[in-house]
Amino acid sequence: MQKFTQLKGAAAPLNMVNVDTDAIIPKQFLKTIERTGLGKFLFNDLRFTPEGAEKPEFVLNKPQYRKASILVAGENFGCGSSREHAPWALNDFGIRAVIAPSFADIFFNNCFKNGILPVVLPKEQVEELMKDAEAGLELSIDLAAQTVIGGNRKTYKFDVEPFRKKCLLNGLDDIGLTLEHETKISSFEGGQKSAQPWLYAAE
Amino acid sequence: MSKPRTLFEKIWDSHVVNKNDDGVSVIYIDRHLVHEVTSPQAFEGLRMANRKVRRPDATLAVADHNVPTSADRLKGIADPESRVQVETLEKNVKQFGIEYFGMADKRQGIVHVIGPEQGMTQPGMTIVCGDSHTSTHGAFGALAFGIGTSEVEHVLATQTLIQKPAKNMRITVEGDLPVGITAKDIILAIIGKIGTAGGTGYVMEYAGSAIRALSMEGRMTVCNMSIEAGARAGLIAPDETTFAYLKGRPMAPQGADFDKAVAYWKTLVTDAGAVFDKEIKLDAKDIAPQVTWGTNPEAVAPITGYVPDPSKIEDAGQRDFIVRAIDYMGLKAGQKLTDVAIDKVFIGSCTNSRIEDLRDVARLAKGRKVAKSVYAMIVPGSGLVKEQAEKEGLDKIFIEAGFDWREAGCSMCLAMNADKLQPGERCASTSNRNFEGRQGRGGRTHLMSPAMAAAAAFTGHLTDVRELEK
Repeated sequence: MQKFTQLKGAAAPLNMVNVDTDAIIPKQFLKTIERTGLGKFLFNDLRFTPEGAEKPEFVLNKPQYRKASILVAGENFGCGSSREHAPWALNDFGIRAVIAPSFADIFFNNCFKNGILPVVLPKEQVEELMKDAEAGLELSIDLAAQTVIGGNRKTYKFDVEPFRKKCLLNGLDDIGLTLEHETKISSFEGGQKSAQPWLYAAE
Repeated sequence: MSKPRTLFEKIWDSHVVNKNDDGVSVIYIDRHLVHEVTSPQAFEGLRMANRKVRRPDATLAVADHNVPTSADRLKGIADPESRVQVETLEKNVKQFGIEYFGMADKRQGIVHVIGPEQGMTQPGMTIVCGDSHTSTHGAFGALAFGIGTSEVEHVLATQTLIQKPAKNMRITVEGDLPVGITAKDIILAIIGKIGTAGGTGYVMEYAGSAIRALSMEGRMTVCNMSIEAGARAGLIAPDETTFAYLKGRPMAPQGADFDKAVAYWKTLVTDAGAVFDKEIKLDAKDIAPQVTWGTNPEAVAPITGYVPDPSKIEDAGQRDFIVRAIDYMGLKAGQKLTDVAIDKVFIGSCTNSRIEDLRDVARLAKGRKVAKSVYAMIVPGSGLVKEQAEKEGLDKIFIEAGFDWREAGCSMCLAMNADKLQPGERCASTSNRNFEGRQGRGGRTHLMSPAMAAAAAFTGHLTDVRELEK
């Protein structure tokens, strides 16, 4: 997995609440069997007309945000479908961090598996950063220090679970970490098999 | 005396393989359901790392999202991308030795319909699938939740997940459900009350006499939409209804094992005195038939109600959302919901495509006709649901009334196959999401129960089904 340490860049303001993963990447793009190449379809229905022309009013079509690496959004970002195509599409577009007052669980979790940092800050602070983003000011994020620095040099401190932080800073592979517990997994299976043999009857 | 525990805590505790000081745990996963859309990249990851599937015997695969629901579907899938995705799954299950229900198999159907139907879903289990509606299986008192593709790969390789325990919420619905009110109305009313993010971070346990009185089908409808309140999982304690449903199903424990299993399943209840982080209470008699007017499931009202007036909403974010929703839906603030005319009806999805849902529609369809202005489709949840419905003669009632009776799949719930809304078309739908473009770009979705969708099909507009029940 790609590491996340520090990030400085243009922040696109997406001032909407309840942005669902169907909006982030509509279903017609879920037919891929790859993880890459979805950036051009990110926010497809908001970003393009049915004929495929850019909608100039959508934030990612504005010149100052076309290369944004940070997204600032409203509450409950990423709700709905579990599709990991949503963080894949963000990542492929170049968005490496999303700042919002709250996220839906599955999307939040999926971000960490893809080297994307979801930052939760109080609503008032996100509103300040939204204004910075709207003014075209760059934001900086430092995961080790757990800070976002706004356009006006104001520092915002955020929380992140220590385990997730460690994985992101070092680009650790979850599966590799879990397989270190192989002995414990096998012993769990042994215990469960003797207590509830029917769970293993199909073997 | 050990500390009283919630049902969630009991299932969690019995699956912890390893726990770190910060609470991050490796938990064992008992069953894994796999479908074609969220698995190809996971299998590819296994191949790249030269890893195997740890427990093919605990894994079941099916193609549901992309499959055509037309009668001639065994001729193949016309859309090349959909076809490749299904063929990729077929290759993967062969390579990794996983059981698979293909399109020609009558056990094929929506992943969350077939798991319970086969008896694969059992109380006390941990169950995952790369699909947010995995919460459905919580109806059996199983801890079941949706995961992303990276976690699908993690489970395939290790049969575990890395997680922290969720918080506990209990939603109690007491009393008898009035005539015309179904499980769908209960869950829509709950989402309307707590909001689409009201359950974020929680596992929601449903309790109370109104929940206990539901059939397994009804309980699945309730748990299915837990995710629409933001909760990853819903739970209902198993009871005699659950045990009777499971008995004799092909993948359920058989003979003496079944009795042993039931003895264990009976311990899967929240202890008296267990602490919930949040409690919600509803009175069944206050629940009216529900219908959504906006673009998320929280945007719901009783059918006797009106499209809301956004100028009365204080929070700017919510107000903008409602303005946008009303505009997208082509409605007006203050409009009476029963005045809204519809173009299509979709009866199906992992929320409402089971035999009981179809019986409810058939009961109302006898002697009635789908309105001339409406196209109405019924998509059974599985080949076995279809077979059962045909055994009962429901198909004849549907066809006689003017419904299109189709093959099993996810269909127009998310419109990945050929079944979709055209821009501007308005649909009365028994599915679970009314997001912008969910059923086709520009399509407008109103969520409701099967009975309400049937009522709308007959009249051509949103209708209070209680008028037809008189």
